[in-house]
Amino acid sequence: MQEATYTVKKGLAQMLKGGVIMDVVTPEQARIAEDAGACAVMALERVPSEIRAQGGVARMSPPELIEQIMDAVTIPVMAKARIGHFGEAQVLEALGVDYIDESEVLTPADEVNHIDKHAYKVPFVCGATDLGEALRRIGEGAAMIRSKGEAGTGNIVEAVRHLRAITSTIKRLGILGPEEWMSEAKRLGAPYELVREVAGEGKLPVVLFCAGGVATPADAALVMQLGAEGVFVGSGIFKSEDPSRTAAAIVKATTHFREPKIIAEVSKHLGKAMPGIELGAIPERELMAARGW
Amino acid sequence: MTDDFSRLTIGVLALQGAFIEHVQALERLGAQARQVRLPGELQSLDGLIIPGGESTTIGQLLEEFQLLEPLRRLIGSGLPIYGTCAGTILLARDIGGLSQPLLATMDLQVERNAFGRQLQSFETDLRIDSLGKAPFRAIFIRAPAIRSVGPGVEPLAWLEDGTIVAARQARLLVSCFHPELSGDDRFHRLFLAAVLEAQQEASAQVDRAS
Repeated sequence: MQEATYTVKKGLAQMLKGGVIMDVVTPEQARIAEDAGACAVMALERVPSEIRAQGGVARMSPPELIEQIMDAVTIPVMAKARIGHFGEAQVLEALGVDYIDESEVLTPADEVNHIDKHAYKVPFVCGATDLGEALRRIGEGAAMIRSKGEAGTGNIVEAVRHLRAITSTIKRLGILGPEEWMSEAKRLGAPYELVREVAGEGKLPVVLFCAGGVATPADAALVMQLGAEGVFVGSGIFKSEDPSRTAAAIVKATTHFREPKIIAEVSKHLGKAMPGIELGAIPERELMAARGW
Repeated sequence: MTDDFSRLTIGVLALQGAFIEHVQALERLGAQARQVRLPGELQSLDGLIIPGGESTTIGQLLEEFQLLEPLRRLIGSGLPIYGTCAGTILLARDIGGLSQPLLATMDLQVERNAFGRQLQSFETDLRIDSLGKAPFRAIFIRAPAIRSVGPGVEPLAWLEDGTIVAARQARLLVSCFHPELSGDDRFHRLFLAAVLEAQQEASAQVDRAS
């Protein structure tokens, strides 16, 4: 019997596909998310829009909060560690969370290196803005990738940019000849073996979700049609007027992403979505998606 | 091993979870696969797979999109079903008092997350007599376990400690592990052979009736 093989680590992400992973900050919110059909929850102290508004250093959530959320639901529980902060990752593994998100939403701890994710039994998900970044994270051992978007904005534009960057480069790789893979690996800053694998398979070797800016059922349908295999929703649920209905509606839209009539139906009477932020209004040094190397 | 599955149309419940992997396994074996998200897509199927995923999510979507009753009727009329992991939970009559929408049609007592959380997920080789001599690589992801079975249920696979991890009851087949992740299609072949057998039985009945 073998635990924590790469197959087992990637396998949980495969089971989450077609689903919605929701940010929660209390056990009560976790239960609301589970009742609305979330396939997993992300246990946090503050949602990204609050981190953005309040500023300061954003760290791993308190262990007792993560444990309370793990006790509150039967679905998988993820938690975030700072980029490069293997001390936090070790704590999260000791707590027994189901997935660690090495996340740009928290303040980076290392401005050069990410965590060596091969060293852990618990699987990791990492953000990426393009294919090179995705393959670097997979090279480090990530078992799941999410396009970054710009967390806490309720603005889908960056999510679309990153998802399209990843999928269009994958398509491009498919038309290159083997003699072009090495120079493409150099251009992308990605491991050659992974470039070769993606060129051959026409997809990432791990599951690809979309994150950062999903606030409505139509947002979820949009990114699913662009090639996301599932959706992370952060502030979009519990910063909306009616979190329970909004959560259930985004779950249904993620399943029926090619059925506009169903999306129209589930989008009715949800109340106000979370307030959004125009990207131009955010100073460049405050952009979270730029964190990651 | 020369069964022709090309005339079979097998539905794969595609509400949430690892359904594409089942579609690919069915297509490798020559069967037609149809993703099922709405009741209309249940029409004229020869069999149905309920994939792994989160059983709470899938159960709620089954309820919301009015699939529970039509599926129970199809199971009652003898449609062959194969459930993996979450599919096992959804088919079981007893999941230890947890309240979540279920099909509840198979005489199993199932414990969710029976081995623990993701850190306790594992893969292992199983000897499964119905699949031949070669061991089957079984992948368990936050898996359920079958704690007891009713009289009509035939256990098919066990862990070393005796835990039942696959079973069959009439035309219902379940596994707590994920054959769709292992690349070994013998479990899917077993299911498709059972679908063919069910069709032959049905046509024999029609012949007798006429």
